[in-house]
Amino acid sequence: MPVQLQHSGYSAEKLQSLTESLPCREAQASTLLALMGEPDQYSYPSIFIYGHRASGKSYVTLRVLKELELPHAAVSCVECVSPGLLFEQVLLSLFGHTAASSLPRCPSLSDFVRLYKQLCSQNPAKQTRYIVLDRAELLRDMEVNLLPGFLRLQELVDDNVTVILLSEIVWDKFRPNTGLFEPLLLHFPDYTKAELQKILARDSHPSYPQELYSFYINILLGVFYSVCRDLRELRHLAALNFPKFCEPLENGEAKESDTHKLWRNIEPHLKKAMQTVYLREISSVQWEQQQEMMEKEAMAPKGLSAYTHVELPYYSKFLLIAAYLASYNPARTDRRFFLKHHGKMKKTNFLKKHEKTSNHLLGPKPFPLDRLLAIFYSVVDSRVAPTASVFSQISSLVTLQLLTLVGHDDQLDSPKYKCAVSLDFICAISRTVSFDIVRYLYDFL
Amino acid sequence: MSKRKSRETHMTSGECVSQVQRILRERFCHQGLPEKPVGLDSQYKHLLELLKRTAVHGESNSILIVGPRGTGKTMLLSCVLRELMDINEVQKNLLQVYLNGLLQTDDRIALREITRQLNLENVVGDKVFGSFAENLGFLLEALRKGDRGSSQPVLFVLDEFDLFAHHKNQTLLYNLLDVSQSAQAPVAVVGLTCRLDVLELLEKRVKSRFSHRQILVASSLTFGQYLDNVRSQLSLPQDFPDARFGQEWNDSVAKLCEDKSVEEILQKQFNSSKDFRSLHLLLLLALSRVNVSSPTLRAVDLLEASRLCTVDAKANMLHGLSILELCLIISMKHLNDIYDGEPFNFQMVHNEYKKFIQRKSNSVHNYEKPVILKAFEHLLQLELIKLVDGSSSKTQREYQLVRLLLDHGQIMEALQRYPQCPTDVKQWAVSSLA
Ligand SMILES: Nc1ncnc2c1ncn2[C@@H]1O[C@H](COP(=O)(O)OP(=O)(O)OP(=O)(O)O)[C@@H](O)[C@H]1O
Ligand SMILES: [Mg+2]
Repeated sequence: MPVQLQHSGYSAEKLQSLTESLPCREAQASTLLALMGEPDQYSYPSIFIYGHRASGKSYVTLRVLKELELPHAAVSCVECVSPGLLFEQVLLSLFGHTAASSLPRCPSLSDFVRLYKQLCSQNPAKQTRYIVLDRAELLRDMEVNLLPGFLRLQELVDDNVTVILLSEIVWDKFRPNTGLFEPLLLHFPDYTKAELQKILARDSHPSYPQELYSFYINILLGVFYSVCRDLRELRHLAALNFPKFCEPLENGEAKESDTHKLWRNIEPHLKKAMQTVYLREISSVQWEQQQEMMEKEAMAPKGLSAYTHVELPYYSKFLLIAAYLASYNPARTDRRFFLKHHGKMKKTNFLKKHEKTSNHLLGPKPFPLDRLLAIFYSVVDSRVAPTASVFSQISSLVTLQLLTLVGHDDQLDSPKYKCAVSLDFICAISRTVSFDIVRYLYDFL
Repeated sequence: MSKRKSRETHMTSGECVSQVQRILRERFCHQGLPEKPVGLDSQYKHLLELLKRTAVHGESNSILIVGPRGTGKTMLLSCVLRELMDINEVQKNLLQVYLNGLLQTDDRIALREITRQLNLENVVGDKVFGSFAENLGFLLEALRKGDRGSSQPVLFVLDEFDLFAHHKNQTLLYNLLDVSQSAQAPVAVVGLTCRLDVLELLEKRVKSRFSHRQILVASSLTFGQYLDNVRSQLSLPQDFPDARFGQEWNDSVAKLCEDKSVEEILQKQFNSSKDFRSLHLLLLLALSRVNVSSPTLRAVDLLEASRLCTVDAKANMLHGLSILELCLIISMKHLNDIYDGEPFNFQMVHNEYKKFIQRKSNSVHNYEKPVILKAFEHLLQLELIKLVDGSSSKTQREYQLVRLLLDHGQIMEALQRYPQCPTDVKQWAVSSLA
């Protein structure tokens, strides 16, 4: 049963239609309305609403303000590259075009407040004006006076105005050490699985029954809920994969009641989508095309490594391998790995390992050029001696960001490098030149 | 008697509640001035005396009002000015210039604002001045040309005073304070700041021109006075249109303040901070629960308001994490224990997680590494973990060092509250070997 919103000062009809457009967020809308009070009463100078991405912060706030026709300005801080743009949008929404255009070029907060004061003395607020700042965490990176200024805007302009800030970051991370006007904090909790189910199921496809779509959403949540609770992302995934779900129905392989069959068809597909679409490895369009291709060629589904594929010259591959070894093996073990006749080295001495110091946990270590070259000549040895310019190949690896230069400015003569590729990647590269890299890695002995 | 009779009006309970909201919101949201500042009598007298000397006798002066946020610095000044402006002569004569460190972020902007507020834009016109001092001198001189031959007293209010100390060479402060000492014109400079160490921010030449008068606004209220204040803050004025409703409301407020649970809440609030602004926030939250269907303020309303004020925001956010993200947090907790709070990287977190999955393969799905990395990055975005040396570092993402910004207690509490948390995961959180 949806809660009926009841707030004096607002028309019951509008509240009714508001309730209908805010499934699973009636309680939040109601709290917000209670805090706002009647349209002409004062509300708290600043309200900070926080909650996870896609938990309905902007949606609820804006629906409430729009549906109830309250004077407001909604600005996303992502779009405001300069404070000037922000001021302009606020004045534009609250006071119209001429107002916004009377801002000077590169306006300061002082200009904004002065103009605002002037405008509202001509046109005093009969109802609370609201300024909604979405992605408010970005205000922290703009001029330092902006955030504290907006928080106490009511005091600064002496108008009935309330600033609502929206963010997915907790308020504690906003507070500078000299403190500021503390806003009222309001939390939007995450949707439960049942609520997500309810909201997503509302998008059902016109040519299929509601129950079927609901069943599909249930499967989708079964796969994705444990990694992703972002409604927007889930909705996107749902729309994208629905045609695949319907396939057996379309070509008559299954009936709507064959739930098990439908499930068997879609589940592996969704799991695959998690590896690609969810990670943005490929775009949704690519994903659709690829699905078509795969059906035509009846290819076995490929894993991740299929996409991480870079074409490199033969010797560059060995250089990269050498760099990887230099980054992840301790220098003292080079003799053991790369010297043909390395004499006696006590095995116990050599294998001094603690899990704590595993190099694959700590990340690549920088190495000097000569060590790289020594390893390179040793791994490439019996094969054709390199004639190509090793140095230019190294610099192109740096350009490709497979290697990074870590040398300090004051040590120009002895640059150091780090290898910047993953184990999976280097294994794939090694395979293409038939080099068994794992045998040469200290961590895997 | 007859007065009361004639005023008797009847309003519906909806109208009454609406009226209550209007009156009380004016107090809690709009910082309506109180009749008299509570517990600041000596400060009030001191400031009033001082400003009177400028406004009436034309003496120059400077003073700082210092106190923590929301303790009533601005309010104190406004109340004093309200009384001062009741003096006819003052009202006619005194000029006021309000500057705020948040707004006038450099001296050029400040000067323009001063000119504007003194209504001297036309007098200044296109004139170009060699220095700030020259410009300010010109403005003060222009005021002297008033009808009485002597110059009008000017009150300069500098809110967020400490921010002006960051202006280049502290030119504005230097010049204003200089004027306030040199008797060029009757000027009072009043600075408001929440920094108790504000004098240390001033350059020597600026400091030496300051009178070193300070008013400390720090509440010395006892809990009894605080409670009295809550009662009067919630009470309706005598002239409330529906006298009967007003009386009932005030009675119920009085009773509310005697309630044991309410007293406990207020005691807690009082202990954490005595400032009025946070009290107003608490009272507003309670007030917002008053409506036609529950037209009085009840103890539960305050209870709920206090709960909202003290809720741990991070715990709220942890509640909404995916189970994978939660598992990563637990991994990090263990790493914190192992490495004694030293920073760690994704690879180590992943390793901890993998060890858990290998032991308890059926409690959480084994995701591919990129999926886990995405979860890790989400935690970074939420600022639950933080990169040790900024995001610009050249290191691969997997190896960038991070720190966990949650403590043991927060994590354990989050696990208790987490919906349908697998038992294995809970046990793992307690012991990395479970
Ligand atoms: N002693 C007091 N008596 C009555 N009301 C008070 C008192 N102290 C503070 N208030 C009220 O508390 C609110 C906050 O006070 P005010 O804005 O003056 O704080 P402030 O010290 O200027 O804070 P900031 O440093 O953030 O500017 C106001 O609504 C004010 O009316
Ligand atoms: Mg103040």
